[in-house]
Amino acid sequence: MSTTSEAPKRRGKAPAGERVADWADGRLGIYGLAKANMRKIFPDHWSFMLGEVCLYSFIIIILTGVYLTLFFHPSMAEVTYHGAYVPMQGVHMSEAYASTLDISFDVRGGLLMRQIHHWAALVFLVGMFVHMMRVFFTGAFRKPREINWLFGFLLLVLGMFTGFTGYSLPDDLLSGTGIRFMEGAVLSVPVVGTYLAFFIFGGEFPGTEIIPRFFVAHVLLLPGIMLGLVVAHLILVFYHKHTQFAGPGRTEKNVVGMPLLPVYMAKAGGFFFLVFGIIAIISATFTINPVWVLGPYRPDQVSTNAQPDWYMGFSEGLIRAMPGWEIVLPGGYTLALGVFIPLMIFPLILAAIAVYPFIESWVTGDKREHHILDRPRNAPTRTAFGMAWLSLYFVCLIGGGNDLWATHFHLSINAITWFVRIGFFAVPVITFIVTKRICLGLQRRDREKVLHGRESGIIKRLPHGEFVEVHEPLSQEQLHTLTAHEQYKPLEIGPEVDENGVARKVGRVQKLRARLSRGYYGEGNQIPKPTVEEYKELTSGHGH
Amino acid sequence: MKKLSARRRHPLAALVVLLFALAATGGLYAAFAPADEAKADTSAQSLAIEEGKKLYATGCSSCHGTGGQGTSDGPSLVGVGAAAVDFQVGTGRMPAQSPGAQAPDKPRVYDQKEIDQLAAYIASLGPGPSIPTEEDYNPSGADSAAGGELFRTNCAQCHNFTGKGGALTHGKYAPPLNDVDPKYVYEAMLHGPQNMPAFPDSVMPPEEKREIIAYLQDVNGKETASPGGFGLGGFGPVAEGMFAWTIVLALLICTAVWVAARTAKARKS
Repeated sequence: MSTTSEAPKRRGKAPAGERVADWADGRLGIYGLAKANMRKIFPDHWSFMLGEVCLYSFIIIILTGVYLTLFFHPSMAEVTYHGAYVPMQGVHMSEAYASTLDISFDVRGGLLMRQIHHWAALVFLVGMFVHMMRVFFTGAFRKPREINWLFGFLLLVLGMFTGFTGYSLPDDLLSGTGIRFMEGAVLSVPVVGTYLAFFIFGGEFPGTEIIPRFFVAHVLLLPGIMLGLVVAHLILVFYHKHTQFAGPGRTEKNVVGMPLLPVYMAKAGGFFFLVFGIIAIISATFTINPVWVLGPYRPDQVSTNAQPDWYMGFSEGLIRAMPGWEIVLPGGYTLALGVFIPLMIFPLILAAIAVYPFIESWVTGDKREHHILDRPRNAPTRTAFGMAWLSLYFVCLIGGGNDLWATHFHLSINAITWFVRIGFFAVPVITFIVTKRICLGLQRRDREKVLHGRESGIIKRLPHGEFVEVHEPLSQEQLHTLTAHEQYKPLEIGPEVDENGVARKVGRVQKLRARLSRGYYGEGNQIPKPTVEEYKELTSGHGH
Repeated sequence: MKKLSARRRHPLAALVVLLFALAATGGLYAAFAPADEAKADTSAQSLAIEEGKKLYATGCSSCHGTGGQGTSDGPSLVGVGAAAVDFQVGTGRMPAQSPGAQAPDKPRVYDQKEIDQLAAYIASLGPGPSIPTEEDYNPSGADSAAGGELFRTNCAQCHNFTGKGGALTHGKYAPPLNDVDPKYVYEAMLHGPQNMPAFPDSVMPPEEKREIIAYLQDVNGKETASPGGFGLGGFGPVAEGMFAWTIVLALLICTAVWVAARTAKARKS
C-alpha cells in the first residue's frame, strides 16, 4: 500500500461543523471575531470565579422568575383563600398572596421554583458582595477598571432593590411590614415626604397600587437595566483583559493563563452547572421565606423577627439603633430625625465604598494602567479602609438582627442597641488601626522571608553548643512574587517657603492630599521591601 | 306549771337549759347541714389547702412572703388564681432557679398532685382564674385559620409569626411556643404570666383561645409538616442570610477552588 503526498483533495462534503461555521460566518461575519477572541487568555485563580457565581445565579434567577410570572397575579384585589393549605383556608387576602400560596402548594414544581428563585437571589447578592470585596482588596479597581467598578457597584445596588421589590410581591405580613418601613422612611423626608409617599403608593398606604407597581419594577424595569449592565460589565472585562496576581513571567503587559476555548468554555460551563446544582440542592432541602405561615399583610398586624433580607439588613440596623429623635417646628411641622437620619446614612455607607477608587487614585496621582493585582497586605491603608467599612456594615447588621442576638445569646436587647450606637463610631476606627498593624506585620514577615528564608523547623546544634534554626532560602519564583509589588513614595509638596524666603502658595486641597499620601505611604505606613543589595549582602556571606 | 316555776332556781336548771339549747342547735344543724359527700369534699379541699400551705411555706414563701403577700423578691400571689400556679409550677418556671429578667421553663420540680395542692392554697388566698378542664382547651374541631388571624393580631408581635419566640426589653423575652401543651397555652392566655398580658374570657372568649391553640398545633406542633424542607429555626431572613453567607458561600467557594485547581495540563512532548 502506498501513500500519496499530493495535496489532499476533499471528497464529498465538508464536515458538518465546518459547514455550519461557514453558513454562520457568511451571514454574521463572526470568523474574525471568533478568531480574535477564542484564544483569549484567562488567568487561573479561584477568586476570579466569584463574579461567575453572580452571573450564573443571575441567569438562574431569570429562568425561575419567568416560570413564576406565569402563575403569579400582581393584584391587591381581595379574595378568600380556598386552596390546599389548611391553616389559611377562609382567610381574606390579596390575590398576590393567594397566588403565591397557589404557586407553593398547587402549581407543579412551584415551591421548588420559588425557593430556587429566592436562594439564588441571596447567592447573587452574596456573590456580588464577595466579588466586590475581592476586587477591592486586590486593587483591581485601579485604572483602567474604574468604570467597570462603578458598573459592578450599580449592579449591587440595583440587585438590592430588585430583591426588595421581589420579596415584597407576595404581599405577606413580613414583606408588607417592609413596605410599611419604606413608607415611613419616605414620609420622614422633610417637605416632600407626604407627596412622595402618595405618589409611590397612589394614595394612602397600603392602597391597591403598590404590588402592581413593584411587579413592573421587579420583572421589567430593574432586571432590564441590570441585564444591560451585566453585558456592559462583561464587555469591559473582555476589553480590559483579566487582572492577574504577580508571579514570574507575569507583567503589566501580558496575561498568563489558559485560553477561552476550549479550556475556559469547559470550565465555565461546568461551573455553571455546579452552581446551579448547589443552589438547587439547597433549595430542595432548606425552606426560604415560607410565606404560607406568615399570613397575608394587614396594616394592623405585625410580628417580631420582622427583618428584611440580609442585603437590606444594614438599613434595618440603622433604624433600630437610631434614637427616636423628633423635632416639631413652629407651625406644627414634624422632623422625624429618628428615621430621616438613617435614611440619609444609608446611601452614604454605600457611596463610601463606591467612590474609594477615585480617592485612592487622587492621593497616589497614579495615571498608569494596572493589571497586576496587589496582595492586600501590600496596600495596608486600602485594606484597613475596606475592613473598617466591612466592620461598619457588620455592626449595622448586628443592629438589624438585635432581637435574634438577644434571644440566642441571652443578652439584653437594650445592651445590644447601645453596643451598635457606640460601635457604629468606634468599631470601624479600631478595625482600621488593627488591620493596618496586621498588614504591616505581614509585610515585615515577607521581608524576613525574602532576606532570611523560610523557617524550616529544623533545629541545629552548633559545635560550641548554640542552637539555631535552619532557614531555607526561597526559590527564585517565590522571591519574585514577594517583591514584585511597587511601593509609592509619599507626595512631597516642598518647603513652605521658596529659596528667597517668600511663602509659597500651597492650596488646602494640596495639603490634604499630601497628608493623606503620608498616611498611605509615609514612614511607618509601609515596610520598605528588601532591595537587591540588601538581599545580596545577606546571602553572599554566610547562611544561618 | 308551778312545779316548773318552782324549780327554776334549782342549781341544775342552767345546765338543763344549756342541754336544750345545744340539742336545738345540733338538731337544726343536722337538718340544714350539706349532704355527706359535700362534707367529704370540703375536708379534702381543706386538706389540699393545708398540704399546699406546707409546700408553699417550704418552696415559695422565701420570695412570695409567708402569706403570699409578696416581697421585694417576688410578686403577691393573692388573687392570681389556680391557673397561674398550674402554669408556673407545671412548666417548671416556678420555683425560680435564680433571680433574673425572666424565669425560664425547665423540668418541673413538683408532681401534678402537689401542684394541685399549691394551686388550692393560692386560690384560697383570693379569687382568680381556676385550672381549665380538658374541654376548655381541647382544640379539636376549632377553626385554625381564624386562630391564625387572632394569633397574628394578638400574639405575633412578641411570639413571632408561628410562635418561635422573640426578644423583649432588658433581657426579657417571649418564649418559643414549640409544641407547648394546650393546657398551658390556655392558662397563659387566661392569666398572663410574667411579661405577658392577660386575655381573660371577657376579652377573648374560650372559643377563640381554642382557635389559637388549634393554629399553633397546625404550624408549630410536633406533627407540623415543613413543605419547604428544613426550616432554619423559622426566624426568617436573618437566619436565611446567615445560612447563605456561611454554608452556601462555603460550598460555592470550595467548588470554585476545585474547578480552578483542575486545569488543563501542558502536553508532554
